[in-house]
Order: sequence, then C-alpha cells, then structure tokens
Amino acid sequence: MTGHFGSGKTEFAINLAMQQKGKTVILDMDIVNPYYRTADASLELEKHGVEVILPLFANTNVDIPTLPGEILSVFAHKDKTAVFDIGGDEDGAIALGRFHRFFKEEPYEMYFVINERRPLTDNKEAVIEMMHAVEGTSRLKITHLVNCTHLGSDTTPEIVLKGQRLAEAVSLETGIPIAYTAVKKGINIAVNNPLMELQLYIKAPF
Amino acid sequence: MADKVLMKGNEVIAEAAMQAGCKLFFGYPITPQTEISAYMAKRMPKIGGTFLQAESEVAAINMVYGAAGAGARVMTSSSSPGISLKSEGISYIAGSDLPCVIVNIVRGGPGLGGIQPAQSDYFQAVKGGGHGDYHMIVLAPSSIQELADITQDAFDIADQYRMPVMIMGDGMLGQMMEPVSFSNRKGRELPEKTWAACGTEGKRKHNIINSLYIEAEDLEKLVVARYEKYKEIEKNEVKWESYMTDDAEIIIAAYGTIARVAKTAIATLRKNGVRVGLIRPITLWPFPAQAFADAAEKADGFLTVEMSMGQMVEDVRLAVNGKKPVSFFGRTGGVIPTPDEICEAVMAMKEAK
Repeated sequence: MTGHFGSGKTEFAINLAMQQKGKTVILDMDIVNPYYRTADASLELEKHGVEVILPLFANTNVDIPTLPGEILSVFAHKDKTAVFDIGGDEDGAIALGRFHRFFKEEPYEMYFVINERRPLTDNKEAVIEMMHAVEGTSRLKITHLVNCTHLGSDTTPEIVLKGQRLAEAVSLETGIPIAYTAVKKGINIAVNNPLMELQLYIKAPF
Repeated sequence: MADKVLMKGNEVIAEAAMQAGCKLFFGYPITPQTEISAYMAKRMPKIGGTFLQAESEVAAINMVYGAAGAGARVMTSSSSPGISLKSEGISYIAGSDLPCVIVNIVRGGPGLGGIQPAQSDYFQAVKGGGHGDYHMIVLAPSSIQELADITQDAFDIADQYRMPVMIMGDGMLGQMMEPVSFSNRKGRELPEKTWAACGTEGKRKHNIINSLYIEAEDLEKLVVARYEKYKEIEKNEVKWESYMTDDAEIIIAAYGTIARVAKTAIATLRKNGVRVGLIRPITLWPFPAQAFADAAEKADGFLTVEMSMGQMVEDVRLAVNGKKPVSFFGRTGGVIPTPDEICEAVMAMKEAK
C-alpha cells in the first residue's frame, strides 16, 4: 500500500487486511508519520484475527523509525497474506527497498492510493510523477491503483467521482488497472471497478 | 472561495505562508513539524522562492534575522527544543524591531522530551523565552482552516507592528488532516518598509539593523517606546472565541486543539444538564484578559485545561483577579486529555462548590 500521506492508505490497508480470508498479517511500515497510523487500530485488527507488526517505537515519545526483524517472518510463512502499509510519498517507500530480494521471489501486488483532494496529487501528471518516485525508492512496480479520494468529513459522492476520473486518466496513461474505489460507508456511487466500503479506524482525540 | 482540499496542518502552514507572499524559509527539521520543511522544499523552488535547510536552528533564526532586516517576508519553524535554540535570535529580532513569523509545533518537554503533542511552551512563548523586555504576538489556532487564515494574517500583523509573530500549535494540529480552503484575502494596508537595509542605490542614508545601544538612556527610551506599541497591540489585536458562555456556570479556558476536546466534553455535560461554556484565547499574547474579567461577573468558576502542568492558568487567574475560583486540569509529557477526563474535572469542581 503506497501513496501520498493523507491519501487514505492506512484506512484502506486496515480494511483490506480485515477482509482477507485465511491468515493475515498487517505491517505498519510508516517511517514518516509520527502519529495517526496503523498502530492506532492494533486492538481492532487483532480482534479481527489480523496479526499486527509495528515498528518498535510506534506511537511512543521517541522518533526512531526502526523496523522490527519480525517483518522477515512474513516472507518465511508462505501461507500468510501480508499487507504492508507504507508511509507517505517516496520517502516512506524507502522502507520497502531493503526487502527487494524477497519480493523478487514472492508474488506481490503493489497498490498506489490516490486522493485527488490532496494538493500534491491533484492532477494526472503529479500522480504519475509520485508513482515513479515511489517505484524508484521501493524498487517495486505498482500493479494496481486505488481511488480513495476523500475530503474527510466533507466527502461527497461528487468528490469521489472527480477522483475517479483522475484515477481513470492515470490508469489509461499507465495501463495500471484500478483495483478498488474506496469510500467510507454511506457514500453511494456507481463505478466500473470493485467498490470497497471503508469502516474508519483512525480518529482524532475529540 | 477556492475548492476545498485535504491537508495536514504542517502543510497548511507552508502553503498559507507562500500564499501570503513569504518567499524565504529557513528551517531545520524536527518532529512533529517536519512536513513544513518538506512541503517548502518541494514547493518553494516552483514559485521562485528559497527554501534553505540550515545547519542548525541557531543558524536558521539568524538567517531569518538577516532576511527580515532586508525587508523580506520570512518564516522559520520548529518544535519545542528547536525554539529554545532559536530564542537568542528571537530576542535580537525583537530588539531590532523586525517582522517575521516563527512557528512552534509544540511537543513534550523539557529537554528533548518527546514527539507527542504538548502545550508546555506557553510560558516560553508569552513570557519571554529570549532575554530582555520584549513581547511576541502569539497566535494559537485550533483547526486546520483557522491555521490557514491565521498563518496568512501573521505576516501582516508582523509587518504592521514590526515585530516577531509566533504561530503556536501542538503536534496534533501539525499532524492532523482536515478540509481547508485558501481565501483570496485582502490583507492589511501596510506601511512601506523604509527602515529595511536593502541597499541605498546612493539615494538615501543607509539604514542600520541593530539591537545594541551604547547609552543606557537610549536603550531605555527605545524599550519604553516599544512598550507603548505593545499597549496599542493589546487594544487592537486581542482575539478569542466565546462558546456557550452566556448561561454557563462553569467556563473552561482552553486554547488550540484542547479547546476542541473541551467542546466535546461540553456537549456531553450539557446533555446532562450542566451549563458549561468555553473561552478559547486565539491570541495568547495579547491575552484576552477582558473576556475573562467580564465572564467572572456571571460564571461561578473557571477550569483551565492544558496539555501542561498549568501555564496559561496563571494568566486566567490574573484576569479573573480573585473574583471566582480558577481550577486546573492538565496532562503533560505528550498525553492528550480526553473528553471524559475534562467532564470529571468539571463535575469535581461543581461538587466542591
């Protein structure tokens, strides 16, 4: 799961992990954001039977973006589905680079999550530029797009559909298919690709 | 009004600053405000401005000093320990009557503290920080939209009064995302910067940017004149929000994001028939003392809620001036008070009455 921070990656990753059948593990690989991260939803995820692997110091008072050795275990357990939630932008995707040799031998899908309401990914050129940058630092290829366009509490079907047009334009230009359009529950739209209704887990403290 | 976009608080500060005409940013990264630098680094070159990552906070603030002295719109940002490092430079800037904007996205302290949100730099921001007799105007927004508007205004306020303006948020405000739009604001009518040291072209006497005065009387005269200006600011620039205070028996005093936690608590308390309101200072200096003094005529008491061991509570007490009890509830070290904890503190105060 990659994309600009604020794209909705983390909520999408959490929902995707919860929907998987069989043994699933989610990895909070965010080395960019100090708070508002997968770690916030650890308890909910574990309730749903999803194993959670977090950076050692996630949500603590220190700023040490170390990733735990446990991550390697997901490559050893071939029966598990692993959802990697990567931090924002190409800087966050650096975290994936060191696993390149494992991904070479492992089937993977890499999603790029698009939110058209985020200023640095609000047009086709900017999205494609960021996709190339993410592929560069992660040394992996993006295989699917996700339209997760939203404006927080102000999200409307029109906003999602405007994002859908952007995702379709990116898809047309790059040949990468749209795997999902992800919307929070209650937004009713029709699109030509699978729809994922998101239950939201990351909340402000008020 | 432009289309709304979804942005992180830190990005909003950077974007709003650029839209207000700030073309120079000198900074040094520190969590939880690093996205300001990151956004500036990406966007500044595209608008013909300069983003420069200095070798330290001390260097960054002195670059601000130089650029402000040349009359440029300039900003720097940091978080608590970094602001401590900048404090010497801030005092020099205040002592040289220079306008600039300084952002503090506060984290837990003292010392290196931690990266979680806090409000424990209130004293540093409003009571000094640097040495000498001086003030900074300190603005404390509580939503991402307000952050956008206040950041733009901060530059005008700084230019109007020729002094540093601090935008004080906590890590929560810096990191959270909300819909925001950038208004095509009019901005203030501002005097020309005839004092700037930006080259004479041989046409005028050169300007000097300086905070050193050889004669004590000269320095005193200047400082006294500066305090006359501060009086004007206290008259003109005080801003606060009163929320459900009209019938309130207890008034919560809180600023920044904690005011939003307090509003959630107020909704719960009101449902249970407890009449609670909120006064939210938007300017921390100048402090909305009159708003509290007026409220003290009607309310039974005040509860100050902060992410600190109690700093603003001293200003609330000064403003209320003994007329009514002023209690305090706070969490510190990066812990955020919950709405439930605030409700309990209000109920405890009510029962103690």
